[in-house]
Amino acid sequence: MSTKKRTLTESLWDFFCSLKLSISLLIGLAVTSIIGTVIPQGNIPPEYLQTISEAKFRLYQSLSFFDMYHSWWFMLLLYLLTVNLVACSIKRLPHVWKMVTEPALVLDESLEKSLSLTYDFKASSSELDKLKGFLKAEIGEPVLSERDGVFHLFAQKNPWCRLGVYVVHLSVIVIFIGALIGSFFGYKAFVNIVEGTYIDTVFTAKDSPIKLDFGVHCEKFSVEYYKTGAPKEFKSILTILENGQPVKGFTRIPVIVNDPLTYKGITFYQSSYGQSGDGAVYHFNVALRIGGGSTNFNIKKGERVTLSGGATLELLESTQDVRQYMPEFSGPAAKVSLVMPGKSPESFIVFKNHPEIEEQRRGELVIQYAGADEKLYTGLQVAKDPGVWVVWFGCTLMVIGIGMAFFMSHQRTWIRLGNGRATLAGTANKNPAAFERKFEEMVEKLKTL
Amino acid sequence: MSSSLLFNVTTFLFLISTILFFAYMASKNSSLGLGASLAAFIGWGVETLAIILRWKESYDMGHGHAPLSNLYESVVFFAWTIILIYGIIELKYKHRIIGAFVLPFALLGMAWAQLGLNSGIEPLVPALQSNWLLYHVITCFLGYAAFAVACAISIMYLIKARSEGENSTSQAGGMISMFPAIRVLDDLNYKSIMIGFPLLTLGIVTGAAWANYAWGTYWSWDPKETWSLIVWFVYAAFLHARITRGWVGKRAAWLSIIGFAATIFCYIGVNLFLSGLHSYGGGR
Repeated sequence: MSTKKRTLTESLWDFFCSLKLSISLLIGLAVTSIIGTVIPQGNIPPEYLQTISEAKFRLYQSLSFFDMYHSWWFMLLLYLLTVNLVACSIKRLPHVWKMVTEPALVLDESLEKSLSLTYDFKASSSELDKLKGFLKAEIGEPVLSERDGVFHLFAQKNPWCRLGVYVVHLSVIVIFIGALIGSFFGYKAFVNIVEGTYIDTVFTAKDSPIKLDFGVHCEKFSVEYYKTGAPKEFKSILTILENGQPVKGFTRIPVIVNDPLTYKGITFYQSSYGQSGDGAVYHFNVALRIGGGSTNFNIKKGERVTLSGGATLELLESTQDVRQYMPEFSGPAAKVSLVMPGKSPESFIVFKNHPEIEEQRRGELVIQYAGADEKLYTGLQVAKDPGVWVVWFGCTLMVIGIGMAFFMSHQRTWIRLGNGRATLAGTANKNPAAFERKFEEMVEKLKTL
Repeated sequence: MSSSLLFNVTTFLFLISTILFFAYMASKNSSLGLGASLAAFIGWGVETLAIILRWKESYDMGHGHAPLSNLYESVVFFAWTIILIYGIIELKYKHRIIGAFVLPFALLGMAWAQLGLNSGIEPLVPALQSNWLLYHVITCFLGYAAFAVACAISIMYLIKARSEGENSTSQAGGMISMFPAIRVLDDLNYKSIMIGFPLLTLGIVTGAAWANYAWGTYWSWDPKETWSLIVWFVYAAFLHARITRGWVGKRAAWLSIIGFAATIFCYIGVNLFLSGLHSYGGGR
């Protein structure tokens, strides 16, 4: 009974220690990860839903394909990978640790047989110090031991690089821990702030509000454009408020893409912007093309105003900077629809900075745009992630571990000296060809020592 | 002299190099091989100048950014990194013939860039205005290039292994006899991936750091991120497979080719077929 139980735990242990499991999990993760790059994740666009059948939708949903990277089965794969690499490390680390901390100091017959690089030469015991110096210069400080009147010198280089693999394994776990800390104690949210106003609540993707213990005031949002009309800079001027008062050092801070603002562990990232539609007033000016006499008037979006003489005007669209649509112009512009009495409507664009365009238009009236006291809002991503430094620590460990494991080699050499003869032997755990060249060089030097 | 002229010269030199490599393979004339290598390296030198000149041109136009900002610039840079990695491997291990399989990748890239892609110098959109752009793109593409070289070596491995399998009695004749021994090819495949994997890891880490700095999320399962992780998984599987018995040779070669196919999809396929945060990379 007990033996049967033992074999079960043993075989389970062997299963989790196996490299085959690691390879299967890595390939399994690679293949399943493709699903989430093909099927939309999170908020599914309605256009996509129309392209798949009801049955397919239900199947995908039951398999959590619409949020697959957080699904139970994907998490299971990640947890299995973690268990696998912990088990592998537990199984192999003690052996490697022993090799690093308790190296074989004596070149006995069985060790010598296991090494392919050996060289025999004549040497007397009086040359011990010379050989010591030689090993020190070539590999590292040698350790001397004596057995049955025979001297053994052992020197090694980079023994710690054998731990590189385990450093990488550890780093994966550290990164996972960092990610878990972030998901339990942090959040991702967003908030829109209209120019001139402040907020103290942000919203997560599920629209649940999170109250901040401070306020964020947006003084101004602006967009700069290149001559080509492509956006150059999105900028919010933000001030942090504590109890309604600006905080010193956090007043009028420009926040642009790639340059966020962090306060009390919460970071605000420039993400989007828009026109705050409610209540904006647009200023226009109308004059007779012949005879002059201009009149100012205001209009709201979607509103139709009647001008003197019976003409009516409607504001269709407006922009703070027309350059993004018409690179040859700049500044605010408005698209209006003008209906002269008894005529069909005509729509055209008027530019605040380019009144001459309107001067050249044909028609009885000259409509000029004088801009708007329209307000913009800035859209900010808000993130709190106390785990992020753990993740960076893990990433650093991973890079160091990979460097140790890939580019450093544990080199071990022995010299046995006794009975008028000496034997040099050596081995390296990586890049045997390079070590072979090194060994040959050492042999050449020994000949002329 | 303009950078686009120099890029054309580069493309031409890579073409000459490819032709010379094929001639070298067919004739076994070592001076043709030397010419092929020289054409590739001179082409690389000209391309280096072209990239620097394009960088300067962007400053002259008032944009002032490293030429790594759109698909054209990245394809051109990819070709440059492929020749760089190939050059390192050739100088270190002295197996010139590998160039016959590597150069077509670089030539294909340059030809596609010069003939099919918009080569205009555009100003940087706000999302790309960061020093991380440089670190992220350079590490990623050096990694991709090492995988390209590994893939070329794996193709050679499979050709050589097949021809030796067919006539196991006689030595493989003709062109294939010029290939390094399959044991050497297997080892070079491994060595190339040993170069590529740390660079890809750095590329993913710098990308995550940048994403965190710009958007507040170091990982958002965006298709580009996910595909880079898929590539990382494939090569991680490759590296682990090396330790177990039975996964050297043909299987390793296939895994390397699959890894490079995933790399190319990550680089180009994601931009062409999937939407996401790296959409500017697909601009035509």
